[in-house]
Amino acid sequence: MTEEKRVLLEYADKINPEKAEEYIKVGGYAGLEKARKMESNDLIQEVKSSGLRGRGGAGFNAGMKWSFVPKFAEIKYVVCNLDEGEPGTYKDRIICEKNAQALLEGMAICGTAIGSKQGYIYCRGEYPFIVKLLRNAVESAQACGALGDFNIEVRMGAGAYVCGEETALIESIEGHRGEPRFKPPFPGVEGLWGAPTVVNNVETFACLPYILSNGAEWFAGIGAAKYPGTKVLTLTGDTNNPTYFEVPTDYILRDVIYKLGGGIKGGKRLKAVQVGGTSGAFIPEQNLDTPIDFDSMGAIGAALGSGAVLVMDETRDIVDIVTRISKFFEHESCGKCNPCREGTFRCREIMEKINSGKGSQKDIDNILLLARVMHKAALCGLGQAAPIPIESTIKHFANEYGRKIM
Amino acid sequence: MANYKDIIAGCRDKKGGIIEAFHALQSEGNYISREALVEAARVFGISEAQAYGVATFYSYLSVEKRGKYIIRMCESAPCHVAGADELLKAIENQLGIKVGETTPDGRYTLELTECVGQCQATPVITINSEPVFNVTAQTLPQLLAAYK
Repeated sequence: MTEEKRVLLEYADKINPEKAEEYIKVGGYAGLEKARKMESNDLIQEVKSSGLRGRGGAGFNAGMKWSFVPKFAEIKYVVCNLDEGEPGTYKDRIICEKNAQALLEGMAICGTAIGSKQGYIYCRGEYPFIVKLLRNAVESAQACGALGDFNIEVRMGAGAYVCGEETALIESIEGHRGEPRFKPPFPGVEGLWGAPTVVNNVETFACLPYILSNGAEWFAGIGAAKYPGTKVLTLTGDTNNPTYFEVPTDYILRDVIYKLGGGIKGGKRLKAVQVGGTSGAFIPEQNLDTPIDFDSMGAIGAALGSGAVLVMDETRDIVDIVTRISKFFEHESCGKCNPCREGTFRCREIMEKINSGKGSQKDIDNILLLARVMHKAALCGLGQAAPIPIESTIKHFANEYGRKIM
Repeated sequence: MANYKDIIAGCRDKKGGIIEAFHALQSEGNYISREALVEAARVFGISEAQAYGVATFYSYLSVEKRGKYIIRMCESAPCHVAGADELLKAIENQLGIKVGETTPDGRYTLELTECVGQCQATPVITINSEPVFNVTAQTLPQLLAAYK
C-alpha cells in the first residue's frame, strides 16, 4: 500500500472552496440534508458508531463528546478549533484551502445533532487569508440556503499556541486572555459564555459530511479499526517531498517517509522522526514500521497528535533541536499554573546548559524528575506535553546527550 | 486613516469582540495606541487593566509603536532545521536592528514568531502576515527592496 486515500481532499484544486454551489455539484451538503431528517439521538449514535475520533490530538470519540451536551439547554454552541499552532502542522489550513465547505457542513451537522443554531470558527492569527476565505465561504453557503438557519461566525486569534486548548480557545472568543479553565466543568456542559459547547477540530468536522452521506459503516471500515478514517499529514524537515498527504489511518510511518516522502533529502540516513508536532515524541528508526493511528502511536510512546511528521537526517543535532523546542514551550506557556510556567522555564534552562556542553548526569536526572511533575501537575495539555520531546530523546538518543554532558 | 473610535465602534456589536477590535486597529496602524486601548476598555465594559492584559497576552498584538512592515522570522523546529538561525542573522545585518526593534526610518520591525503553518517551504518569514517562502540570505535584499 503506497497510495493516498483522499476523502476530505478528493476535490482539492478542482472546486473553489469559497463557492457552495461547486461543492454541491460534487455531492456536498447531502450529508447535512440527511442529518436533518434524523432524530437527534440517532444522529449522535450514527456518528458514535462511525468511530470518528477527534483529529486535533486528543482522539476522543466525537459522537460521545456530543452526547454530553444537555438536551434541555436553550442556547448551545458549536465551536471549530482552527488554531493549529503545533509547529510543522498545516493540515487544517489545507482542508480550508481545498474544501472549506465540508467544514461548514460538518459544523451544521453537529449543530443539528446537539440543537445549536450558532457556530464559531476560531482561526489562528497567522492565517488572516483563511479568515477571509472562510467568511466568503460562509456567505456563499448562506446565500444558497445550504446552512439553513445555522449561523457561523469566524473569529481570529492573535498568536497564542495555548489557545488550541479548548477552554483557552473559549476564553479567547469571549475576548479574554487565552488562559485554560479548570476542568470540570467541561465545555460540553459549560463552555462558551457558560452555555454547553462542542469544540472539535477542523478535520473532525470535515469528516462528518462523508460519514453521513456514505454511512457510519463505510467510515468505520477505512484504516485502523479503533481510529478509523483518513488522516491528513504534513511532512516537513529533511524529506524529498515536503507536502501534505491524506492516508488511511493504518498507513505505516515508514511508508509516509520513504514512499510518499520519497526518502531522506540528499540520500542521507534517517536519525529520528517527530510525529504530532513539537509536543510529540521523537521516534527512532527501529519503530518506523508502526501504523500512524492514535493507539499504535501511543503503544510506542508517541502520539499521532496533529499529524505533523518532522524528519531529521543523520547529521541533525538532536539535543540542539530539543533545546529549541524547550524554548518554544517557555514562550508559549500562558503562565497561569506554576508547574508549566516554572517548569517550561527550567526545562529550557537545563536544556541550554546541556546543549552548551556544561551539563552533567545530575541535570538529566533533574529534568526527568521535573518532567514527571509537569505531566501530573500542569493544568492543561501544554504543560503536560512540554517535556515529552525531552524524555523521548533521553530514552532513544541517550548517546546524543552523552556526547554533550561533562 | 479611520478614527480609532470609529474602528472600535465597528466591533461593538460582536460579543467579546475586543480582540476583533484590536485586530481592526492594528490593520490601520500596526499597534494599539494608549487612547485606543482606553476607548476599547470603555466600549467593551472592562477595566483598562483587563484590556491591557488582553492586548499584551497575544504575541500578534502590540501596545508599542511598530514599523510599517512587521517582519516575523519563524523559529519553530521545521524552520530551525532549515537554517532559521543563519537567516535571522542575515536579516538583522541587513536591517541593522535586533529582534524586537524598529528601523529608525520606521519602515521595518523585526520580530520572532513560532510556526506560521507554511512548513512546506522553510525557512519562512512573514511580512505583515503575508508568508514568504524558502527565504535565503541571498534572496533577502531583493525581497526587502519590494517593501518601501
